[in-house]
Amino acid sequence: MSISANLTVLAPELIVAIGAMALLLFGAVRGEKGIGLVSVLAAAVMAVAAWFVAMPLSPQIHAFGGAFTIDTFARFAKLLILLGSATTLLMAQDFFKFARIDKFEFPVLVLLATIGMMLMVSASNFIALYMGFELQSLALYVLAAFHRDSLRSTEAGLKYFVLGALASGMMLYGISLIYGFTGTTDFASIARLVTASSVGVGVVFGIVFLITGLAFKIAAVPFHMWSPDVYEGAPTPITAFFFMSPKVAAMMLFVRTMIEPFSGAFHQWQQIVVVISVLSMGLGAFAAIGQANIKRMMAYSSIGHMGYALLGLAAGTAQGVQAVLLYMTIYLVTNGGAFACILAMRRKGEQVETIADLAGLARTQPRLAFVFSALMFSLAGIPPLAGFFAKFYVFMAAIEAHLYIAAVLGVLASVVGAYYYLRIVKLIYFDEPAPAFDLDLGAKLGTVLVGSGLFSVFFVVGAAPLVAAATSAAHALLP
Amino acid sequence: MSHLPILSIVTFLPMVAGLFILLAGGDTQTRANTARWVALIATIVDLALAIYIWTQFDGSSAAFQFSERAQWLGGNITYHMGVDGISVLFVVLTALLMPFCILASWKSIETRVPEYMVAFLALQTLMIGVFCALDLVLFYVFFEGGLIPMFLIIGVWGGKRRVYASFKFFLYTLLGSVLMLLAILWMYLYSGTTDIETLLNTAHFPVGMQAFLWFAFFASFAVKMPMWPVHTWLPDAHVEAPTAGSVILAGILLKMGGYGFLRFSLPMFASASATFAPFIFVLSVVAIVYTSYVALAQEDWKKLIAYSSVAHMGFVTMGIFTFTHTGLDGGIYQMLSHGIVSGALFLCIGVMYDRMHTREIAAYGGVVARMPIYAACFMVFMLANVGLPGTSGFVGEFLTMLSAFRVNTWVAILATTGIILSASYMLYLYWRVIFGKLVKPALQTLQDLSAREIAILAPLVIATIVMGVYPNFVFKVTSASVQHLLDRNRQALAIDRAPRLASIAKVTP
Repeated sequence: MSISANLTVLAPELIVAIGAMALLLFGAVRGEKGIGLVSVLAAAVMAVAAWFVAMPLSPQIHAFGGAFTIDTFARFAKLLILLGSATTLLMAQDFFKFARIDKFEFPVLVLLATIGMMLMVSASNFIALYMGFELQSLALYVLAAFHRDSLRSTEAGLKYFVLGALASGMMLYGISLIYGFTGTTDFASIARLVTASSVGVGVVFGIVFLITGLAFKIAAVPFHMWSPDVYEGAPTPITAFFFMSPKVAAMMLFVRTMIEPFSGAFHQWQQIVVVISVLSMGLGAFAAIGQANIKRMMAYSSIGHMGYALLGLAAGTAQGVQAVLLYMTIYLVTNGGAFACILAMRRKGEQVETIADLAGLARTQPRLAFVFSALMFSLAGIPPLAGFFAKFYVFMAAIEAHLYIAAVLGVLASVVGAYYYLRIVKLIYFDEPAPAFDLDLGAKLGTVLVGSGLFSVFFVVGAAPLVAAATSAAHALLP
Repeated sequence: MSHLPILSIVTFLPMVAGLFILLAGGDTQTRANTARWVALIATIVDLALAIYIWTQFDGSSAAFQFSERAQWLGGNITYHMGVDGISVLFVVLTALLMPFCILASWKSIETRVPEYMVAFLALQTLMIGVFCALDLVLFYVFFEGGLIPMFLIIGVWGGKRRVYASFKFFLYTLLGSVLMLLAILWMYLYSGTTDIETLLNTAHFPVGMQAFLWFAFFASFAVKMPMWPVHTWLPDAHVEAPTAGSVILAGILLKMGGYGFLRFSLPMFASASATFAPFIFVLSVVAIVYTSYVALAQEDWKKLIAYSSVAHMGFVTMGIFTFTHTGLDGGIYQMLSHGIVSGALFLCIGVMYDRMHTREIAAYGGVVARMPIYAACFMVFMLANVGLPGTSGFVGEFLTMLSAFRVNTWVAILATTGIILSASYMLYLYWRVIFGKLVKPALQTLQDLSAREIAILAPLVIATIVMGVYPNFVFKVTSASVQHLLDRNRQALAIDRAPRLASIAKVTP
């Protein structure tokens, strides 16, 4: 396969990469004046990339000697990632202007992280995987510390960096073990070597370290400690970004690296994933109850959500992969909306972050209150909202794979989890109003809110196409 | 039969009206008035449609009628609606109570009126959906979705401890239902369909698994019903909810449990139902006797009726699990009658509460002197709740006890004491509130029922008496379906027992 054919397959990534570099130059030349334009152009670059993801130029699904796979699974994931990144750019602009930290580097860093993520979900070779992984991580470390004059933000960046480096190291160690015991880093070759009858102890060790690194990235228990601190400390739009695209990318990477090379070692990794999943669901549900800061609460809620998504992976079936894809889609859109609501919590130009500030929102801003509550019910998984169907498919996969105990623990955790989402609804609707937020949301936040709200409410009616798309994406991985 | 999707119209018309209220403009006062009128008109039209369905319903057939089917989630999960003799009357009951709820809230709800009406209309859609849904997933969506508006109704417009009550209601019911979701998923994966009609007619679950499935459904329905000992959310929710919220809780939401037992537990898990029937009898009898005693000791008017609801639902579960035609008919009749009577009793309490703003029984006494019409209406409902012959309450209780007597004499004897107890607490309540000397100064200025209040209570009085005198119009609708359900139950039992009999035959040649 010629180099140009290879590059055609990776066209979306190339577009984002070239766009990022061009915008970096443009920003450096224009300085302060070009900030708004850089954001818009970055979003446009993502839209173009998304177009080429949806309508690939070449029917080839492998590139660079099998190092990258552009199957429907990868394309589904990339569309989600691009959606999350573009939403972040949309939500961030006004916030940064208010906080006086609007710099053109922000959209560029988001673009760079996006390339990393797009490579991650396509990688079918451990070296390619690690490159994408680190490109993403380095951009995210910088983003976490983006508000460099704020102690919390720099602390978040440093914490994220140190712990993230540790996790990367663990993962790299796992990869080296796998390489050492199989002699290859290529997923397809590993799959041929690791079969149910010949799973070596060395490979299992490698898998354990690999899972450690991946679990760190999605902040699953017991590698979740960093996430509440980082999510609380980072500027809110960047927290929103962390919630959306990187989580989706890491989860998809998790799915591919378990299913593709190690389907032979299914029984070995399934145990680990089930335990991580159940612990995450439980901890996410209980630890979120006591939080006063809404970003911290959302961080714990996200830990719980990762637990549910992992339950789908633990099933190890096409049904399970489909469930993970649907879960992450609904998770991404719902959390995008929830963060738009959190960004709207601004009083006289100052951002507020405690849950108590939401009191009586239904009196002062009924529309925002309605959307926020709908999103909370959706996150809690109450029908007829979208979040219910996310859980529905995950539990279906779990039951199909006979993971009964995990499924029962999961639904029980979801009842506990419902409590803290209800607490927000209670504050919004039942309590006496706190001082009102600034009325003007701005068109950008408004768009995200309306989009996310409509998705959550009307998913029940129009779910079929998305379910079908997720099914076909899942079958790309598990025919 | 018409090709108009009439069940979908009945189900979603209130929701559409709710959307209209949300979008209506104007200042607070105009919006409130628009909301009231739109809600009233929508619920009355819905009632008319429900009655039309009832008149067009063919009672001689046990099949699902007015069926609608459409693609939904892909796979075998479809949007399938339809009613049979068991569910059609619950649709009518729901539609019947709603206009009264709207009327009862006309004056007593003054804050956030549009939101209130939207919550009620959404709740109506979800409730009717529960009774019409013929797909397990669709059923679950409606069943659970009802929690959201009810949570808001109790929490926003409720009494002093509304937050506690709304959380308890929500989490208790959710905990009961999530296990049912897992059971539904298991059934889907086992049989490849969630279509209730197909499951009823063809599917058969292994006996060993039936127990788990039965318990998962039981957890949900027992909480909803509510059966002793998982009834404790009900008094709290009832006491704190606004009047119309209590009416809906007692009138409709409680019936979903009984409906669930009839629709799913009996025909689909026949062996498990037969095995656990004694267990249900014990819980039912405890509910009837124990909660009646608890009701006797109540100081709060609403709490008393709430406990009496638990006792009356005990008769329903007892009747259903006798697996006899009489018992099932009685159970259904008891649910319909209780829907009207308890709803009416809560409306009566609401009438007094609007005037006096207290639910404490001790605050009343001698009301008959100032409010004779009210006292008469209240008396009819009170006697119906006791189960006096000639009122609707008698028919259901009599039939369930009759069937219980044939199946298990002790259960029937213990349940009969419940009737005596219900007479004591209701008459004691009536005596304390209505009779006696009118000495309390706050009561001196009471006004009798207004025209609006008469419009609310009079139709319910008529319904109570008609149902007591001529119950046959209900049985005409339900009979064929109940018979079909029992046939199905027996067939399923026979299939389950066949291998066991065969093995016994092998051992003893």
